[in-house]
Amino acid sequence: MSTRRAITEPRWVRLLLTTVALLFLGCFLALPLAAVFVEAFAAGVPAYLKALSEPEAMSAIWLTLLVAAIALPCNVLFGVAAAWSIARFEFRGKAALITLIDLPFAVSPVVAGLVFVLLFGSQGLFGQWLSAHDIKIIFAVPGIALATLFVTFPFVARELIPLMQAQGRDEEEAAVSLGASGWQMFWRVTLPNIKWGLLYGVILANARAMGEFGAVSVVSGHIRGETNTLPLHVEILYNEYNQVGAFAAASVLALLALVTLIAKTVVEWRMRHETEMLSASLSPEAAGAPPAAASAAR
Amino acid sequence: MPAAASRSVLPGFRIGLGYTLFYLSLIVLLPLSALVFKSAQLSAEQFWAIATGERALASLRVTFGASLIAALINAFFGLLTAWVLVRYSFPGKRFVDALVDLPFALPTAVAGITLATLYAGNGWIGQYLEPLGFKVAYTPVGIVVALTFISLPFVVRTLQPVIEDIEPEIEEAAATLGATRWQTFQRVLLPAIVPALLTGFTLAFSRAIGEYGSVIFIAGNMPFISEITPLLIVAKLEQYDIVGATALAVVMLLISFVLLLAVNALQWRLANRHSATGGRE
Repeated sequence: MSTRRAITEPRWVRLLLTTVALLFLGCFLALPLAAVFVEAFAAGVPAYLKALSEPEAMSAIWLTLLVAAIALPCNVLFGVAAAWSIARFEFRGKAALITLIDLPFAVSPVVAGLVFVLLFGSQGLFGQWLSAHDIKIIFAVPGIALATLFVTFPFVARELIPLMQAQGRDEEEAAVSLGASGWQMFWRVTLPNIKWGLLYGVILANARAMGEFGAVSVVSGHIRGETNTLPLHVEILYNEYNQVGAFAAASVLALLALVTLIAKTVVEWRMRHETEMLSASLSPEAAGAPPAAASAAR
Repeated sequence: MPAAASRSVLPGFRIGLGYTLFYLSLIVLLPLSALVFKSAQLSAEQFWAIATGERALASLRVTFGASLIAALINAFFGLLTAWVLVRYSFPGKRFVDALVDLPFALPTAVAGITLATLYAGNGWIGQYLEPLGFKVAYTPVGIVVALTFISLPFVVRTLQPVIEDIEPEIEEAAATLGATRWQTFQRVLLPAIVPALLTGFTLAFSRAIGEYGSVIFIAGNMPFISEITPLLIVAKLEQYDIVGATALAVVMLLISFVLLLAVNALQWRLANRHSATGGRE
């Protein structure tokens, strides 16, 4: 943290670089963020509240919450299981497995939606069987949930894997040799150690789950009041030239983004704090550089 | 396989790995294999005809061109931003640092309608650009703007830890030996930064290639001019041309797989270079 180093650029260079960087971030980040709220309130507070209390807006909000409530627990369970087996055991094909876990990040959201249409759509592999049994997945909530599960798949796992690898397995081995059952070890040793990393992954996964557009748009069918999530609701209103309505709904999502950023920053701070405490307690004189937990992960 | 695992006293290997593989297959591998299965119904000639159709090629050109420009913009400004955030101090720095992640947190549809409104002829930014002859919204330039926004954090976040890890001693040594500050940057700092810069660039590029939500609002979506490949896939799907959509999706999937492998190779090299300093991954 030594900003006062012997070697640095001349003052005017520092000022110039800082100004250019701030102008770039201002134009590309701060301005759009401000614009969302200005546009949302362009017709006044009553119009804003009215746009949000429309039944279609309310049902979009509920569906968005429901989808996140389905996707997050599934991904937490998977993330913990994957991180446990990858960080605590050696087996062949581990590197390939980690690459496969990352795969959904590399796939275009549109392709992520399309694959579920190919499986469950009316012309899909299981299409005939599903329609014979009167089960709807595409253009219905299950399809939206599946697409969301796909795009949020890696978040928790890729946060936990490097964290648990860095922590090592000594503590858990000690617990087991002292007679703890697997359950006791998990709840008393593993979970307390990974809780901030887990929360970090959940925060990121939640932002994506509630905000996903491309994948959900392909499988949703855009049925108002039924299969419209909040981002899709934004699109429909915007395409109808309902600027205030679209930006009112968008402002809810922008608020979610702000909460996400704040929560993320707080958790990052907690994680750094704990790693520092840990390394200080381990080696007081040689407070070496601990592997920065998740701040560098993205 | 379980030979090494059986040495550990820790429980839960089989059930953990078993569940991991089951869930991975169910949510990711099975759906993606449906893509391969469906496209296998096409002959090689049919597949080639769709993938190299005039409109498909034009969309790939737009997607790749805009993504490349956006990733280059982010490589330059991302390096600048990371440098400023690590090395300099100014009021509100922590706030700015947190704001860099906004594109990860803001839903793409919100980014899309907001950027389209800002850069439209009567928007906050567009009203100053349009009299100068720059039309941004509803042109390919708009695509670049949207892609720059959504891929902005990658370069910054990849570079920050690397710049933090640079030992001040090597800069001091360069200065002692008579290098100017610019020479030190070019010959000493830049070589240390380049692998991470390349990783961040590739991450930004591969994110931009697949992007859909933010682009469609600002692009204007004119076939052959400002139509990106993901949009063409959706258009084909809406016309019930599932085979055509599948073929294009396979092309996109292959491209993203190659990029994913490239990122992994770069990160592996990066980790090996930095393993001595406790770098991660």
